[in-house]
Amino acid sequence: MVNAALAQFQQVFIEESLEGLDTMESSLLALDDGGDAELVHTIFRAAHSIKGGAATFGLPEMSSFTHEAESLLDEVRGGKRAIDGGIVELLLRTVDCLRGMFARARAGEPLNDATAEGLRGELAAMMGRGTAAGGLQARRPADQADAWTIRFRPHAGMLAGGNDPLRLIRELAGLGELAVTAELDRLPALDKLDPTECHLGWTIELAGPAKRADIAAVFDWVEGECELAIEPKHVVAATAPPAAAAPVADVAVARAQRETSAESGTVRVAIDKIDGLINLVGELVITQSMLDTFRDGVDASRLALLEQGLAQLARHTRELQESVMGIRMLPIASVFNRFPRMVRDIGQKLGKQVRLELVGEHTELDKTVLEKIGDPLVHLVRNAIDHGLELPAQRRAAGKGDIGTLRLEASHRGGNIVVEVSDDGAGLNREAIVAKAVQRGLIRSGESLGDEAVAELIFQPGFSTVAVTTDLSGRGVGMDVVRRNVADLGGSVTIRSTPGKGCVFTITLPLTLAIIDGLTAAVGGEHYIVPLVSIVESVQLKREAIKTVAGGGELFRFRGEYLPVIRLHELFGCPDAVRAIDEGLLIVVEGDGARVGLFVDGLIGQQQAVVKSLEANYRRVNGVSGATILADGSVALIVDVAGMVRMQSRRKVA
Amino acid sequence: MSHSANTATASAAEATAPVQYLTVNLAHEEYGIDILAVREIRGWTPVTRIPQAPHYVLGVLNLRGAIVPVLDLRLRFGVVRKEYGATTVTVIVTVAGRHFGVVVDAVSDVLDVAAADVRPVPDMGTTVDTEYLKGLTSLAERMVLLLDVDRLLQPQDAQMLEAALPAAADVQAVA
Repeated sequence: MVNAALAQFQQVFIEESLEGLDTMESSLLALDDGGDAELVHTIFRAAHSIKGGAATFGLPEMSSFTHEAESLLDEVRGGKRAIDGGIVELLLRTVDCLRGMFARARAGEPLNDATAEGLRGELAAMMGRGTAAGGLQARRPADQADAWTIRFRPHAGMLAGGNDPLRLIRELAGLGELAVTAELDRLPALDKLDPTECHLGWTIELAGPAKRADIAAVFDWVEGECELAIEPKHVVAATAPPAAAAPVADVAVARAQRETSAESGTVRVAIDKIDGLINLVGELVITQSMLDTFRDGVDASRLALLEQGLAQLARHTRELQESVMGIRMLPIASVFNRFPRMVRDIGQKLGKQVRLELVGEHTELDKTVLEKIGDPLVHLVRNAIDHGLELPAQRRAAGKGDIGTLRLEASHRGGNIVVEVSDDGAGLNREAIVAKAVQRGLIRSGESLGDEAVAELIFQPGFSTVAVTTDLSGRGVGMDVVRRNVADLGGSVTIRSTPGKGCVFTITLPLTLAIIDGLTAAVGGEHYIVPLVSIVESVQLKREAIKTVAGGGELFRFRGEYLPVIRLHELFGCPDAVRAIDEGLLIVVEGDGARVGLFVDGLIGQQQAVVKSLEANYRRVNGVSGATILADGSVALIVDVAGMVRMQSRRKVA
Repeated sequence: MSHSANTATASAAEATAPVQYLTVNLAHEEYGIDILAVREIRGWTPVTRIPQAPHYVLGVLNLRGAIVPVLDLRLRFGVVRKEYGATTVTVIVTVAGRHFGVVVDAVSDVLDVAAADVRPVPDMGTTVDTEYLKGLTSLAERMVLLLDVDRLLQPQDAQMLEAALPAAADVQAVA
């Protein structure tokens, strides 16, 4: 039914509508916290655009569904109904349901499901109840009937608006069997007939169960341009199944769907960013033509000019690079925005009162990083509410206010993005963690550990101190996954805990994944790039400093701890490499929470590397995270430090 | 999936029009590569070796910003590697949206081969495993072996390696 061109616009419509839904959701939450009337207008406008768009882009089910919500909102907007928790709750579920509908629309599946039907009933019931109690309106005519009589008389000028009565009637045919009678009484004599005007009217008998809203939705776009009467022939008892709402499951589904939508392959870019790019490219073209004048040769008199041109070229290239990277940069708000809802839901479930503070939502970071940071943050937030914040009674006992504070803060720090998740709860339970670690054999009992070492324990796979697993957290698949995900993005996670005062989780991330700073290391005539962020130090060791352990592993002492040596030439099979420890260099690197020493021939220098995928045309290679192109056009591989550390620890286990 | 799709289009085309093949020389034999799979022909330039690769994968090269693996057709077929000379070229082919380079001794010709002229490969004493051949055709006294490009860098191959590699890498690291 939907042709290709329409389908293309439908995609755009869906993207826009999802944004509209986000607006609705955040406004609803603000409204719940006592927001002003302007919020109601914002919500209404969003709902109205979705309704109108859905009707245009061939999604009548969605249009009529949204119409119900819009009617409710209209009453609130008109002051006929006061907003309360029940309405907000219902509308939030409507938002979730619409997200589900959009996901299904995208997948080309039928839009309506049981949840939608249930919600529609609830919305209608909410309307009915309010009007009955308030007595502000006459009872609405029946909303559902087995057969309808529709009288449709377009005004003479309706066709000028591009509305085709035939299309409307065809659309009606989607609702049931039609019997259409044309009314010719207004048809003028042939010599007076203006062929651009509409002189016909229709009486349409629609057989088949349909809702008034569905029928009205068909005529949405000709409202005010026609006379329309919709009369039920047989009224059926209003059936509003009081849908046994299963909000928790729904929320989970909706969230999953939102996540997939967030990873769609388009980026919206501000016009000024694009204008900036065009300017830069213009500059670049000018510089190029200036340099082109040197094609015929350079004499000493023009040497200064050449130098100047090259300097300009360098500057413009760098600026262009930064601007292009900027296109991929999006504010972290799109990730933060999901938390108000989530915190509210979890808090209600656990009986905890939580105030959420979001700081630095405008901090921009790379789209790829943004898409992958969501899950670890969700995990940390859940943990903070479940384990960190106490119940109101406990908080009072500890001399704190009833309401716990959860703070999400994003900021730039150097070339990194720092995201902090902090709470003012109880902090880490040191005793419980130590006891659990002893029980699991991670440490010996009686071993004294610093606070940092204790905090480090919770990053162990499968580590959980919670006796009862809830459906929120406590299954022990948590912090290690968080750390792993963050490490995959080239970042790190640290904890700072103050008993009784709360806990701060700090995630440090690179600004972008596309360009890294690296040190070029030589191994047997080949060049490898080691990411600068993971390098701790480079050391040259004496032969005696290496301890060989049973099984062939080598260890060296570095600042009081023994670290394993990974010989790159062995791992990568490089011929003609330096083998004697005292002739080469050890680069101490940190990844995935552990340190190792990488043995190389020597260091060549520092450079920025544009990361290219090996997998695009080949496949993944162990110990290599990608490749880059050197100044001479040849390819150098980038060392995957976290992967190597993991490889090393796997060996240890085996 | 794409493999079968390619074969399907190939067989459909074979039934009607002659197929063009780029012929290349390799160890005194002549091979044909479906010209539609050929993206470009480059002079031989040294490549960057990649670890844990099969012996016939020489490494990767920079194809205008894309990292493209290069395999030596001689090594793939178990022929002794000859010195790279002035005629040695890398033929960049595209199979199922992926690019890779094939190093051959020289390129020689473009041939029109009618479907009727393609004969099955007998199990013979060529140096090449017949698994990688679609068929052979003869032109005057020249015999041209038609390569099944899709199978040179097989995905199944890569997957098997993928599975075997972590263990191999560990052993290597321990050694």
